[in-house]
Amino acid sequence: MRINDLIKKIPHTILAGEEFLNREIKSGYCCDLLSRVMAHGPRNGIWITVQTHVNIIAIATLLDISCIIIPEDISVDPNTIAKANEEEVVVISSPLTAFELAGRLYEMGVGNQK
Amino acid sequence: MTVESNEYIGMIHSYEIEAGNFTKAGEAASSIKRLLRQLGVDANVIRRVSIAAYEAEMNMVIHSIGGNIQIEISPKAIVFKAVDEGPGIEDVNLAMEEGFSTAKEWARELGFGAGMGLPNIKRCSDEFHIQSEVGQGTYLEAKFIL
Repeated sequence: MRINDLIKKIPHTILAGEEFLNREIKSGYCCDLLSRVMAHGPRNGIWITVQTHVNIIAIATLLDISCIIIPEDISVDPNTIAKANEEEVVVISSPLTAFELAGRLYEMGVGNQK
Repeated sequence: MTVESNEYIGMIHSYEIEAGNFTKAGEAASSIKRLLRQLGVDANVIRRVSIAAYEAEMNMVIHSIGGNIQIEISPKAIVFKAVDEGPGIEDVNLAMEEGFSTAKEWARELGFGAGMGLPNIKRCSDEFHIQSEVGQGTYLEAKFIL
């Protein structure tokens, strides 16, 4: 499954990394405690977080996270967006809550491959 | 700490870490990752070193008054060292417990202070060593066998 296919069914705005939407997504993770993400964050996965400071891009880069989704249309620091473009990390915002986003993605098969 | 030179043939890279600089935080770890990738190190090892480097770097940015990160790459192993100037950890055993953190409220609001930094480093490395003294600083070493 690619980011492209997934976001078609989710209200969203692409904030960074528009040219990398064909990336393959294998699983997902939802957490706002950064060290917990470092411990369990999925390689080539989607990460849903309410954190919007520039450090989330470092985490995504280090863990090879393909895409960050910011829920509830929380505004994202311009430095974060600039860094995401520089590091080629896809950042998307959505009006949905983290719970709704995770539910929809799971339903579409993200992290749900038996 | 002296390096046993007879065993060691390789390269050393070192990075200055500035206390409290969140804009730059994570850059040393990212540079280390890029370097290891260029050297063609196994992806799983890169991930483990990256996690350790990130956690050590963030610890230094959040808690220390500044310090230095060093990575030594030899054909047999990668040795990661983080040395700071203080303030030192009061109870190292307690700091090693998952969930324990002395991070301030502002840092917690940014998602830091989960109390998993040091446990993450230990879990990712093949050998782990930490030594700390209040007023002196902290020395952390993590080894990754290649």
